[in-house]
Amino acid sequence: MFSPITPEEWSAVRLSLQAAGFAVLASLPAAVAMGYLLARGRFSGKWLLEVAVNVPLVLPPVVTGYLLLVCLGRRSPVGAMLERVAGLRLAFTWWGAALAAAVVGFPLMVRAIRLGFQAVDPRLELAARGLGAGRWRTFFTIALPLARRGVLAGGVLAFARGMSEFGATIMLAGNIPGQTRTIPLAIYSLSNRPGGLEQCWRLVALALVLACAALAASEWLEHRGARHERP
Amino acid sequence: MSGLEFDCTHRFRGGFALQAAFHTTHRVTALFGPSGGGKTSILSMIAGFLHPQSGRIRLGPGGAMLVDTARRIALPPERRGVGFVFQDHLLFPHLTVEANLRYGAQRLGRRECRELDRVVAVLELGGLLARYPRGLSGGEAQRVALGRALMSGPELLLLDEPLTALDEALRLRVLDYLERVLKEWNIPTLFVSHAKDDVRRLAEWVVVLREGRVVAQGPPDSALG
Repeated sequence: MFSPITPEEWSAVRLSLQAAGFAVLASLPAAVAMGYLLARGRFSGKWLLEVAVNVPLVLPPVVTGYLLLVCLGRRSPVGAMLERVAGLRLAFTWWGAALAAAVVGFPLMVRAIRLGFQAVDPRLELAARGLGAGRWRTFFTIALPLARRGVLAGGVLAFARGMSEFGATIMLAGNIPGQTRTIPLAIYSLSNRPGGLEQCWRLVALALVLACAALAASEWLEHRGARHERP
Repeated sequence: MSGLEFDCTHRFRGGFALQAAFHTTHRVTALFGPSGGGKTSILSMIAGFLHPQSGRIRLGPGGAMLVDTARRIALPPERRGVGFVFQDHLLFPHLTVEANLRYGAQRLGRRECRELDRVVAVLELGGLLARYPRGLSGGEAQRVALGRALMSGPELLLLDEPLTALDEALRLRVLDYLERVLKEWNIPTLFVSHAKDDVRRLAEWVVVLREGRVVAQGPPDSALG
């Protein structure tokens, strides 16, 4: 039972970390922009934007994966163009696993970041403008630093969600050992083999620990501001 | 600049209507009146935080036109050159007192260091520079907020109820600081107050507001009655 981690398991861990990490870093700027827009913006059609951002949260991930495959697969116009122009293939590659992780993690990230911005007194931004700072400087020196804990919490949550992504990944990226078989897919594959249920405990335990740690970290970040900043 | 022209109309969602016009060329002008009279709204319009539905705001005759709704002019707050001291100070909580003071100093360029020394000396901020706003008392935060506005090199200083919510001893000390600042910098200043004593002591000109309208203006003795 306490045998060392197998190369197969190790490759699943590495792929999961890689896909989820890349997904978070690549979508972070968009999530920050969206979180700020939803926290501060007042415009008609805002509810529609909220629905669009949050829909992957309630959609079966398999459906998300299906839609991604239909829209971005090799036979779709966008997918064909991506492959021709950038040489980038999303379907059944590591990139697809990262994209699936990014899409399902995005609403969680936006939610935490938005809460972070909502906790910043908008009049602080007015004060900065009054002192001569333009919109961009105000955003980067006042709003973003004060909301940084929300941003971090969102990143951590989305990373954890990306690590545990199954449905959308298997639809878009498939279940190819060493290429797209992440931790959840490896657990699924192992458990379908004779005697596999006993073998996958290490990955199960790892998934559990990572998920709990991520939740704890994001809770801590959201609820305990830096001491000197608390009112 | 040698004055301020204000003539704006604004109807708020709750039904309150502001319709005020005044003109001052004095160094220190007070907006006086009961709370809810529209005093803070006027400051917000001058600073660019609130856009009047119609009207004009100009810094001095021949000075910068801040707002002219007929000509679709509304300068963004960062280009108005107006220093605003908020009633609740609004110091940046993640920055030290020194960083707060320096935040608006970009306009000053090379003069920044000299101006910082002057602000620190006049407002006696030397011992506070490394601290964060959270650890400051009300009077200290008030001085830092005033210093921060001065560091932005404003052409007009706006003070929103600088003496409210202070106990008597502190109020007198802040009055001293204010007088020192007004004398030392000689920047045209508009301040909001509902205390006659403060207005008499600081202001050369008073605009009396009631329910969104100017009901009197003049030197303190005649305007306050």
